Amino acid sequence: MNLTLKIWRQKDASSKGAMVEYKVTDISEHMSFLEMMDVLNEQLINTGEAPVAFDHDCREGICGMCSMYINGQAHGPDRGVTTCQLHMRSFKDGDVITIEPFRAAAFPVIKDLVVDRTSFDRIQHAGGYISVNTSGNTQDANAIPISKHAADEAMDAAVCIGCGACVATCKNSSAMLFVGAKVSQYALLPQGQVEAPDRVKNMVAQMDLEGFGNCTNTGACEIECPKGISLDTIARMNRELMKANI
Amino acid sequence: MATLDSKVPEGPIKDKWTNYKNHIELVNPANKRHIDVIVVGTGLAGGSAAATLAELGYNVKAFAYQDSPRRAHSIAAQGGINASKNYMGDGDSDYRLFYDTVKGGDYRSREANVYRLAEVSGNIIDQCVAQGVPFARDYGGLLDNRSFGGVLVSRTFYAKGQTGQQLLLGAYSAMNRQIARGKIEMFNRHEMLDVVKIDGKARGIIARNLITGELERHSAHAVVIATGGYGNVYFLSTNAMGSNVTAAWKVHKRGAFFANPCFTQIHPTCIPRSGDYQSKLTLMSESLRNDGRIWVPAKLEDAKAIQEGRLKPTQIPEEDRDYYLERRYPAFGNLVPRDVASRAAKERCDAGYGVNATGEAVYLDFASAIERYGKEQAKLKGLNNPSKEEIIKLGQDIIKAKYGNLFQMYEKIVAENPYETPMMIYPATHYTMGGVWVDYNLMTTVPGLYCIGEANFSDHGANRLGASALMQGLADGYFVLPYTIGDYLADDIQTGKIPTNTPEFDAVENEVKERIEFFVNNKGSKSVDYFHKKLGKIMWDKVGMSRNEKGLKEAMAEIKALREEFWKDVNVPGNANEMNAELEKAGRVADFLELGELFAKDALTRNESCGGHFREESVELEGEQKGEAKRNDEEYAFVSAWEYKGEPADAVLHKEHLEFNDIELKQRSYK
Repeated sequence: MNLTLKIWRQKDASSKGAMVEYKVTDISEHMSFLEMMDVLNEQLINTGEAPVAFDHDCREGICGMCSMYINGQAHGPDRGVTTCQLHMRSFKDGDVITIEPFRAAAFPVIKDLVVDRTSFDRIQHAGGYISVNTSGNTQDANAIPISKHAADEAMDAAVCIGCGACVATCKNSSAMLFVGAKVSQYALLPQGQVEAPDRVKNMVAQMDLEGFGNCTNTGACEIECPKGISLDTIARMNRELMKANI
Repeated sequence: MATLDSKVPEGPIKDKWTNYKNHIELVNPANKRHIDVIVVGTGLAGGSAAATLAELGYNVKAFAYQDSPRRAHSIAAQGGINASKNYMGDGDSDYRLFYDTVKGGDYRSREANVYRLAEVSGNIIDQCVAQGVPFARDYGGLLDNRSFGGVLVSRTFYAKGQTGQQLLLGAYSAMNRQIARGKIEMFNRHEMLDVVKIDGKARGIIARNLITGELERHSAHAVVIATGGYGNVYFLSTNAMGSNVTAAWKVHKRGAFFANPCFTQIHPTCIPRSGDYQSKLTLMSESLRNDGRIWVPAKLEDAKAIQEGRLKPTQIPEEDRDYYLERRYPAFGNLVPRDVASRAAKERCDAGYGVNATGEAVYLDFASAIERYGKEQAKLKGLNNPSKEEIIKLGQDIIKAKYGNLFQMYEKIVAENPYETPMMIYPATHYTMGGVWVDYNLMTTVPGLYCIGEANFSDHGANRLGASALMQGLADGYFVLPYTIGDYLADDIQTGKIPTNTPEFDAVENEVKERIEFFVNNKGSKSVDYFHKKLGKIMWDKVGMSRNEKGLKEAMAEIKALREEFWKDVNVPGNANEMNAELEKAGRVADFLELGELFAKDALTRNESCGGHFREESVELEGEQKGEAKRNDEEYAFVSAWEYKGEPADAVLHKEHLEFNDIELKQRSYK
């Protein structure tokens, strides 16, 4: 198929960006979206133009690196996938596709479609861990029984890949789904309970400091999350925070 | 010149590590504050090492080319991690894990290292559970296990199909705690481009800030390479796009020997390729082989009809299917090790029985598992006389709970529903067993330079059993390196900060700068990917699953010629002082073009079939094992450790003879 791409080009963080139009031809429906971008870049290199910078790595939907905003949706039109899992069979011949970087004040653009998501790391530095030392002298793993239900629910929260689609898609640029997922994983497990109040308070404080907005229960984050993280995690985070503040 | 001394401690194998730990030098906690360590790479090995070294009190500088340590490719590992906990009471022990790993590796790993790996494996699970890794649990609240290829016990701990993700996030959280304490200084979006030696010791690195293009000098008392494998030398592999050999190759060029480069694992359960535009391959966890049965049509005409789209797999009756693994290997069946399963798939496809348009795929069928689980569930739920639909629905729910994310991933890529029609799979390059040579301390032939995880060579021999990569990465990082590095650093407590304004740093930085300037000024006519794809094709065709002398010699000549063309005609757009993905790739492909030739040279010198490497000249001609790969222990029970001498073809071979005192060398049989 033949497509028209409208792509955000921006030289670096301090330059002004603009939408630029490109044509690509002979795109197979079996290609992934990123392979289509590879084809475009090969074409740009061969004609002496600068290729489009975009983040990508594992191309299996798990590293969380790819971060495109496609036709007004984080990771494009399909549900439950990252951009690298989106295939061209979701588009048709002659389509015009608009491609932008994830937009949020806390995710500044580095170049073209590449944004800086280290604010997520800093939230984790503020408390996204259990303070156990790594000496190898911990107790036997089966000394901490955990109900299957709790372990499964913790796992459902822990699968967050930190891609930032929740933030990009939220009208408030809120990071609550991300932080809620992390807080939920630890809240559901017996390990690390002693520091739970500080954990949630510190992570939420850092989230605010980074310039993420608040949650107004729109639920767009849950819909766009490639890993199906539930809004329940936000409720749990709020409950944990309230508990910590009492 | 560096020599090969494996430094394996004396004494019985089960006491080696304990005795060793009791006698190595320790660094006083107050002195650790005066010692800096650089860790390059932040996957399972690098992340766990950085966290533990910081915990011990060293000042750690950690480097990752991604925007966050959480994105290292360890995150994509699916199936699980082994540990000899014997929670299942099925007879597992440290010795059995050790035995399976050495046998699975086709007797080309170092016995003492593997025993140590088995010995610390239980600690890994304890550590990860304490960190909040949500491993699968049974209904009693205790940890659950599953079984993997090449073994007869259930020792694999897992977190759905995302075990690597959860273990990496555990190590990442441990790092975060140390970053918050200021004990780890994290450098995201930085790539190590060379190592700096002072008085023969590794004392620092030159790194490029991938956002600004700036070259930076970082010094330390020791440098740890934890940058994973080099499977991307094939272009198409299951590795992440950015996975590269650069750090390992640069240390090789500075004196670290490179061991067994030709030992690459071909993984049997990958999604087959669909076209030339394809950028990479996707792995489906091997754990699927627990419940999936592998088959191809028994009749050539059926295979042809399937290839042409005239027949569907579900239309082929049971008696016309060839479950070739169950037929050839009755004891292990679908759970034979990866090399055996891969070779058997290739054999059937080469014979014309492949099941997709290109003829390069076999079926992985869940129909009988779905029915079996469905019946069990119906019984548990007390359903009398359930309909077939009900049984299938119940069975599908169980399969979904076990492998749901893998099925979803398959459906997204192939656009077919694997609950209803068998998956198609084909072998692909997955993990590299070769790597930088290290001694028992995980130190390379360069003093002060360590190498851990997939980037080193020591633990997996010629083939890696499932769920053992995660184990090795974390064992090295959490429990081995933190001890062994202290023995070396004990001599450095008086050294003080290593200055970076020295002639040694100047010289290496200049070399790095010249190379970068060459790339951006060359203005050739062909893209970096053009060369990478060509290299990959030579590697797959002539240095892939099946190799022969003629092909390997051709490959060496072709890679050399391609490398010369690359240096004349490569086109790298953009500048050096900006974010420039093509420039990053150019440096990496330049290194792959050298490694590829050494890889072929290593394969040429090893005239035996071993692990994933089938040498056509070496095959069993008679007996029960007729047609199987033939290993040659008299001549090849050694590690090939290559010393750099300029051109890859001039590399000098050093042999570390492998001694097997605790395991009898014998032919692997999975019949």
